[in-house]
Amino acid sequence: MKTSQSLKANHIHAGYDKKIIIDGIDITIPNNKISVIIGANACGKSTLLKTLARLIQPSVGEILLDGKKISEIPPKQLARVLGLLPQSPVVPEGITVADLVGRGRFPYQSFLKGLGKKDYEAVEEALEIMGITDLANRCVDELSGGQRQRVWIAMALAQQTDILLLDEPTTYLDITYQVEILDLLTDLNRKRGTTIVMVLHDINLSARYADYIFALHKGKLISEGTPAEIITEGLIKQVFDLECSVIKDPVSGSPFIVPKGRHHVNYQTSSVTTG
Amino acid sequence: MKTSKIILLLSVSLLGLSLCILASLAFGARFISFNEVIDILIHSRRTTINEIVVHERIPRTVFGIMAGAALGVSGALMQAITRNPIADPSILGVNTGASLFVVGGIAFFRISTPGEYILFASIGAAITAVFVYGIGSMGQGGATPIKLALAGAATSAALSSLVSAIILPRTDVMNAVRFWQVGSISGATWEGIVTVLPFLIVGVVLGLLSTPALDALAMGDDIATGLGVRTGVVRLVGALAGVLLCGATTALAGPIGFVGLMVPHTMRLICGPNLRWVIPMSAIGGAILLILSDVLGRLIGSPSELEAGIVTAFIGAPILIIIAMRSKVRAL
Amino acid sequence: MMEEKLKINNVKEGYRQRRFRWLTVTLLLALLTLVLCVSLLLFGNTRYPLDTVIRVLLGEQVQGATFAIGTLRLPRMLSGLLVGIAFGMAGSTFQTILRNPLASPDVIGITAGSSVGAMICILVLKLSGTVVSIVAVISGLLVASLIYALSKIGSFSGGKLILVGIGIQAMLNAVISFLLLRASQYDVPAAYRWLSGSLNGMQMANIPSLLIVLVVFGSIVILLGRHLKILELGEQSAITLGVKTDLVRLLLVLSAVFLIAFATSVTGPIAFVAFLAGPIATKLVGTGAPNEFPAGLVGAILVLGADLIGQFAFNTRFPVGVITGILGAPYLLILLIRMNQRGGSV
Repeated sequence: MKTSQSLKANHIHAGYDKKIIIDGIDITIPNNKISVIIGANACGKSTLLKTLARLIQPSVGEILLDGKKISEIPPKQLARVLGLLPQSPVVPEGITVADLVGRGRFPYQSFLKGLGKKDYEAVEEALEIMGITDLANRCVDELSGGQRQRVWIAMALAQQTDILLLDEPTTYLDITYQVEILDLLTDLNRKRGTTIVMVLHDINLSARYADYIFALHKGKLISEGTPAEIITEGLIKQVFDLECSVIKDPVSGSPFIVPKGRHHVNYQTSSVTTG
Repeated sequence: MKTSKIILLLSVSLLGLSLCILASLAFGARFISFNEVIDILIHSRRTTINEIVVHERIPRTVFGIMAGAALGVSGALMQAITRNPIADPSILGVNTGASLFVVGGIAFFRISTPGEYILFASIGAAITAVFVYGIGSMGQGGATPIKLALAGAATSAALSSLVSAIILPRTDVMNAVRFWQVGSISGATWEGIVTVLPFLIVGVVLGLLSTPALDALAMGDDIATGLGVRTGVVRLVGALAGVLLCGATTALAGPIGFVGLMVPHTMRLICGPNLRWVIPMSAIGGAILLILSDVLGRLIGSPSELEAGIVTAFIGAPILIIIAMRSKVRAL
Repeated sequence: MMEEKLKINNVKEGYRQRRFRWLTVTLLLALLTLVLCVSLLLFGNTRYPLDTVIRVLLGEQVQGATFAIGTLRLPRMLSGLLVGIAFGMAGSTFQTILRNPLASPDVIGITAGSSVGAMICILVLKLSGTVVSIVAVISGLLVASLIYALSKIGSFSGGKLILVGIGIQAMLNAVISFLLLRASQYDVPAAYRWLSGSLNGMQMANIPSLLIVLVVFGSIVILLGRHLKILELGEQSAITLGVKTDLVRLLLVLSAVFLIAFATSVTGPIAFVAFLAGPIATKLVGTGAPNEFPAGLVGAILVLGADLIGQFAFNTRFPVGVITGILGAPYLLILLIRMNQRGGSV
C-alpha cells in the first residue's frame, strides 16, 4: 500500500468564462478514503472536481497537492499522482481495449521510447482488477456501456495514481452495472489504498459507498462529514429542496433517504391538495 | 405575431425592395437619376441612351428579384427540413452539383437552351443535396452543422475535380464555363426569365403548401408524427421545392452562395421561428439582398462590374463565421 | 492459474501482433512507393530500361536519357514523392486533432489560402517560380492563423474552427473565381492547371527546400505522434494524462500548416490527398498504432499513382490533382455506405 498524497483546495473560486460557479470552497480530501461530492444539478460539483484535476484554473485560490501548488508541478509528474476519469471521454474509433488502457501509461513514457515491460505489467494488472483481461484485444466500440466504463477505469488504473477522481462514473449505466462499478472502486480503495473522489447522482448509493461526503449548494460547501453524520432530512431539504425521511439502509446500515412527494404519503387517505 | 407588426414589416420590406429596384435601374456604368428612371418607366420610351440603358437593366432586375426570392425560400426550406441552421445551397454543395451537370451537359450533350440548363442543373442539385445530406447525417447525433458543412465542402471539392476533368481537355468549354462558375444576374434575358418562371412558381407553391407540416417538423420527428404529419412525405415535398428553386436559379445565374443562408436567419430573428412568416419574408429579403449585391458589385467594380455571386460570398461568409462563433460548443 | 497465464499471454500477444501488423504494412507501403517511384522514371514518351535509369542516376551521360530522366522525370517524381508525404502527414494530423475524418486542410480553407496567394501572383502580378511558392506559403500561413484566431474568440472548439474555415474558404473561392474571370484568356489554362494541382514542369531547384521543410516539420509531427494519440481521447483525458494540450496542439497545427502550405506552393493543391491519406493509413495499420508516417507514405502513393494514371491512362494528359480529386468522390460514397451499415461515427 502506497502512502497517499494529500489534496487540498484553498478557498477557490472557479467557473467558465466569466460566470462564477464555485464561490469560495475550502476542502481537504481525506487520504485513502472514498469521498463523494453530492449536490443538485448545476451546483458546481463537476466544476469542483475538474478544478481539483486542474482542468479548470481557479480564478482565486489554489489547489495544493502535499502543500505544493498543482499549477507549478510538471504535468507528467502530476499525472503520476492525480488521475481523472471525465464524464464523457472520447473513444477513438476502432481502438482495442489493450491499446486504450495502454494510453494510461503516457505519463511514464520518455519522449522517444514506446511501451516497456513495466508498462505492459501495469496494463495487465489494470485489466485484471477490472476483470476484463479476456476483452484485451476486442474493439472498445463493440463493448456494452458497463464494459466500456470498466475499460476507462482500467485506463485510469494503468496510470497508477494515488488519487483518482471520477466524474459521475455510473451515469447512463443500468443499476446492476452501477453497483458493480462502485464495488470495483471500493476493492481498489481497499487493496491499493487509492484515494477516490467522485461525483455521484444517487444519494443512497453515495451514502453507502462513501467514507466521506461533501455536500454542495449553489457553489458553496454547506456540509461535510461521514454519511451517518451529515445525511439528514434537513440537509436534503437544503441541498435538493426535497422533503424526505431518512431511514437505515437495510443492507449496509448507512442512511437511506426516502423522498416524500405530494402523493402517496404515509398511507393516509389522500388529504393532500392537488395543484 | 400581431397583425399590426406584420403590416408594418411587410410595408417596410416592400418599400426597401422598391428602393433597391430603383437603385438597380439607376446605378451602373452610367448613372441615371431616380426621377429620370421613374419618368422613363412611366412613359416607356426607348429613344435616348438613358432610356435604352434603363430598359436594358429591367430584365436583370426582374431576374434578380426572382432569383433572390427563390434562393431565400430555398434556404428557409432546407434549413427547416434538415433542422440545421447552416443548410444552404452553397454549403450543401448543391451549386457545385448543378455546375457539374451543366458542364457535363455542355461537353457531352451539347445543351445550350435555358430549359436544358434548368433540367440538368436541377437534377445535379437534387442528387448532390441528397448525397451530402446522407453523408452529413451519418453516425452519432445525425446531421450536425459541422458534419453537414464538412460533407458539403468535401463533396464540392470532389465534384470540382470532376468539373476540371471535363473542361481541361476542352478549351471551348473552359471559356463558356468560366463565366458561368461565378454567379451573376447580369446576363438575364426575357427568354430565360420566361423559361425559369414556371419552375419557380411550382417551387414556391410546393414550399408554401408544406409550411404547416414543416413547422410541426421543427419540434422533432416524433412529435410531428404524433401530430399526424407524414414526415417522409413532407420532407420529400419540401426538399423537392427547395431543390427546384435553387436548381433553376443556379441554371441561369450560376452559383450564388449564402443568400439562402443569411436571409432566413435574419428573418427568423425579426419575425420568430414561424415558417408561415419566415418563408414569404425570406422571399422579399432574398430579392433585396441579391439586387443590393448586384448594385454593389456594379458600384465597386466600376467601370466594369463585380459579379453578384462574389459580393454575396463576401457578405455571407462572415455571417456563417458569426453563426459558428455564437453557437454553443455543445450544439456543434 | 493456467488460465490466468493464458489470458495475460493473450494481452502480450495482442500487442505483439498489432506491432507486427504496423511494421508489415509500413514496409509494404514503402515498397509500393519505391515501385511507383521507379516506374515514373522508367515510363514516359520513351521507355528506358532499368539499367539506363540507374546509369543516369549515378551521373553517367546517356544520349537522350540524361535529359528525359534527369531533367524531366526525376524532379517530377521527387516532387510528387515529397509533396505526397507532406500532404498525407498534414492531413492526418488535422483529422486527428479535429477528431473528424472530413476535416482535412483542403476542406477547411487552408489550402485555399495558399491558392489565393498563388493566383494573385500568376494572374495579376504575372510572376512565376519561387516567388509564387513563397507567397503561397505566406498566404497559407496567414489564412490558417486567421481561422485559428477567429475560432479562439470565446472558447476554442474544433467544431468552430471547421465552420470558420469553411466560411473563409467560401470567401477565398469567390476571390479565386473573380481572379479567373478577370484574367486574360491566355493565363487561364495555366491557372487552372495550378489550381487542380500538377506535377508538370517541376525542377530540381524546388527539391532541396521542399526536403528541408519536410524533414523539419515532418519530424515534429512524428515525434509528437504519441501526444496526438492521447489528445485523441479528448481534452480532459489528455490534460489528466499530463499532456500540455495547448502547446502540443499549437506545434502540431503549425507543422501541419507549414507542410501543407509549402507543398501546395510547389504543385498546387492536389485534391484529396490530405483528405484520403489519413483514413486509408488508419484502416491499414489499425487505430491504436501511430499513423503519421504510414499516412505520409499513402499520400506519396496516391500522388505518384495518380500521376502515372494521369499521364498514361487516357489519351489526354490530366494533371495529377484531377485524378486524385476523382478518387475522392467514390471514397465519400464508400464512407457513406459503410457508416450506414455500421452506424458508426464521423
